[in-house]
Amino acid sequence: MLSRIGAVLLFGVLSSPAWGASSDVALKTRDWSFSGPFGTFDKAAMQRGFQVYNEVCAGCHSMKLIAFRNFADLGYSAAEIKALAAQYEVQDGPNDDGEMFMRPAIPADRMPSPYANDNAARAGNNGALPPDLSLIAKARPNGPNYLYSLLSSYGDAPNGKEVPDGMYYNTAYPGHLIAMPQPLYGDDVEFSDGAPTSIEALSADLTQFLMWAAEPKMEVRKRIGVAAVFFLSIFVIFSYLAKRRIWADVH
Amino acid sequence: MAKLDTNEKSMPEGAEEPGRRDFMVVATYAMMGLGAASVAWPLIDQLNPAADTLALANIEVDISKIAVGQSITVKWRGKPVFIRHRTTDEIARANATDLMDLRDPQMDKARAEKPEYLVLVGVCTHLGCVPLGQKTGEVKGDYDGWFCPCHGSHYDTSGRIRKGPAPTNLEVPPYDFLSDTVIRIG
Amino acid sequence: MSANQFKSPVVRWIDHRLPVFSMLHHTAHDYPTPKNLNYMWNFGSLAGLSLAIMIVTGIVLAMSYTAHVDYAFSSVERIMRDVNHGWMIRYIHMNTASFFFIVVYLHMFRGLYYGSYKAPRELLWILGVVIFLLMMATAFMGYVLPWGQMSFWGATVITNLFSAIPYVGESIVTLLWGGFSVDNATLNRFFSLHYLMPFIIAGVVVLHIVALHRFGSNNPIGIDTRGPQDTISFHPYYTIKDVFGIAVFLLLLAVVVFFFPNAMGHPDNYIPANAMQTPAHIVPEWYFLPFYAILRAVPDKLGGVLLMFGAIAVLFILPWLDKSPVRSARFRPLFRIFFWIFFVNAIALGYLGGKPAEGIYVILSRVATAWYFIHFLIILPILSTFETTKPLPKSIAEPVLGGFSSTPKQAYAAPRRS
Repeated sequence: MLSRIGAVLLFGVLSSPAWGASSDVALKTRDWSFSGPFGTFDKAAMQRGFQVYNEVCAGCHSMKLIAFRNFADLGYSAAEIKALAAQYEVQDGPNDDGEMFMRPAIPADRMPSPYANDNAARAGNNGALPPDLSLIAKARPNGPNYLYSLLSSYGDAPNGKEVPDGMYYNTAYPGHLIAMPQPLYGDDVEFSDGAPTSIEALSADLTQFLMWAAEPKMEVRKRIGVAAVFFLSIFVIFSYLAKRRIWADVH
Repeated sequence: MAKLDTNEKSMPEGAEEPGRRDFMVVATYAMMGLGAASVAWPLIDQLNPAADTLALANIEVDISKIAVGQSITVKWRGKPVFIRHRTTDEIARANATDLMDLRDPQMDKARAEKPEYLVLVGVCTHLGCVPLGQKTGEVKGDYDGWFCPCHGSHYDTSGRIRKGPAPTNLEVPPYDFLSDTVIRIG
Repeated sequence: MSANQFKSPVVRWIDHRLPVFSMLHHTAHDYPTPKNLNYMWNFGSLAGLSLAIMIVTGIVLAMSYTAHVDYAFSSVERIMRDVNHGWMIRYIHMNTASFFFIVVYLHMFRGLYYGSYKAPRELLWILGVVIFLLMMATAFMGYVLPWGQMSFWGATVITNLFSAIPYVGESIVTLLWGGFSVDNATLNRFFSLHYLMPFIIAGVVVLHIVALHRFGSNNPIGIDTRGPQDTISFHPYYTIKDVFGIAVFLLLLAVVVFFFPNAMGHPDNYIPANAMQTPAHIVPEWYFLPFYAILRAVPDKLGGVLLMFGAIAVLFILPWLDKSPVRSARFRPLFRIFFWIFFVNAIALGYLGGKPAEGIYVILSRVATAWYFIHFLIILPILSTFETTKPLPKSIAEPVLGGFSSTPKQAYAAPRRS
């Protein structure tokens, strides 16, 4: 009885309809370094992905939850992070005269946004709000594959499909009409490590970076998880044997 | 439960008290204790300063714009830090003080890495008030340094306690010069 | 037992003045428990553990959470990113909520299957339903706190249920909100109540246990214990069995927390709340889905709300709907079949609650909703009148009937000292 109910319920829960994935899109999948119980982030790919974000996405999309100090996770040294932060200006103040002022960012600062507020962002983008990307990889069903597919699935609409002004055709987007113009065409950036720059390669690197941004504690989570599951598995066995031992005289 | 008596009332006949000496049972209870202890640590450690707080544990201050004889106050770890560009007269008086006159004897050289710049935590060592003396026109006390208005402690031009209830000199925070014009506190 | 039976003089000294050790000893050690409980009886202790985990992690999370519309979302993300082990504590809190419901649902189905709600345990069952209701309110308000899109729209939809009440509905909704929409005032009061209610639950749990200890646990064959030969002491037999159950529970919880922490959540809740835009498909947390399906099955607003609350209200009067004197489904062949139909129907309701309210799903929801009520209001009363039950064994210890025959004769034949 227990196993029957347990199996049915657990299956019901884990295949929960709460995920409610959109049905009209077939996503491209990829063998991500971060998937699986031992998955880790690919630091080189994340650095390249950050470069893509910086040179292509950052003009419209903010990453408000990420501080420069967080880039230590990407493998940058303290000095590199300091130099990187210093390239950005952030608002501070008020000073003794009551004025707000701009100063170079320090590692403790969060990344400044391209627009002062959401309304400014809408005004600059035909009324569409470019979402903040800090959590985007967790804020979409099947996040990494969705982002990877979205970035590399722009194309011409099939005959008969009307594409209104200011909209673009993308087979990975639910409804296929997206307000974001195609961001990557291949060779958009040049990597110092000579990595490939096809649309797929750039999309994959960017996805690595965005996945890290959404779940920066994933590596330590899985590390602790492996230890916890190992410990608890032994605990299950021990407690079962102890139970058998104590119950031996009842049965 | 280990302290409870072992006088079993409703155990099957002939069974001795199980669960006391058996290795498996002891090991299971030991694992329970170990597991509980390892879960306790994250719950305690979360009370420690978070990463964003720690990131501001060190600050860098540009001191090039402080004129001779002027002071600035910066916030460091939630407390005011006084940075004073001392005049030669102030430095001379700080050095001339006889250590025998001090409650908390300390050479001025030991308190300032570069004698022109004095860096102090601006918190009175008596009961934690912020002393006066940073801005021109404020009371600087009998020794021309700082004066704590709460209970009347007087500090000299090296931030040393000279008069009043405070037991020790104003604290010098850890700092170093990253360049001639930038110091890092913390 | 009297205090002077404790070995340690310190314990004896304390117990003489403050009999906590006697009480503990009585509730956990002496407490006679049917010897034939199966693993379905593990879920009570697991529910207690879940409540404890929720309270401990919740108190810790509240130390870093900010209940303000401008800061709630980012304070939760600060917990996930900057607070030491904050991600772990939050994921444990988030997923233990789901596990709490799994455990409680299994606990309830066990009660339904073995007739644990029947006399003399009606109040025990009713207190359990009260706990269930309080849990749902607590979980709902907790889900609002991260102030993501699902938080906001879940709060909007659920509070709007009360607007279905004739005449005073709108005023009640305004009262709940403390404004004219779900806003800062709503978030603040939800935080306050979310912090309070677990302690009320803990109080009702104490009553639940007091009621349980009045007549002791029910058991798989559903007959009363007839003496010491039918029972064993709770400790160490059921304590170690509970420890094993807890181990399995924690292992499953750890797998989800560390490897699938968001599997039972909704991606939209990682988007900050936006009062100007509703997500395409809003669904409640999975544990509300059966009731959500009932709500949507009815084309009338008030009717849907009434039926949804009715689905829980019917549990309160269950002890008087099922009047069969036989408790356990083992001896009720027809009831047993209908129990499993009901079980599948409940799962189906949960599935349908997560599907968009269109086409075939609407029709299926209506059928399943109708069956839910037919089961309680028609089938159970009829069954208790007409069903021919199998003969009951004379006692738990007697290995005559059913699949229960593992007790050696000597174990009960000898007269008991007591």
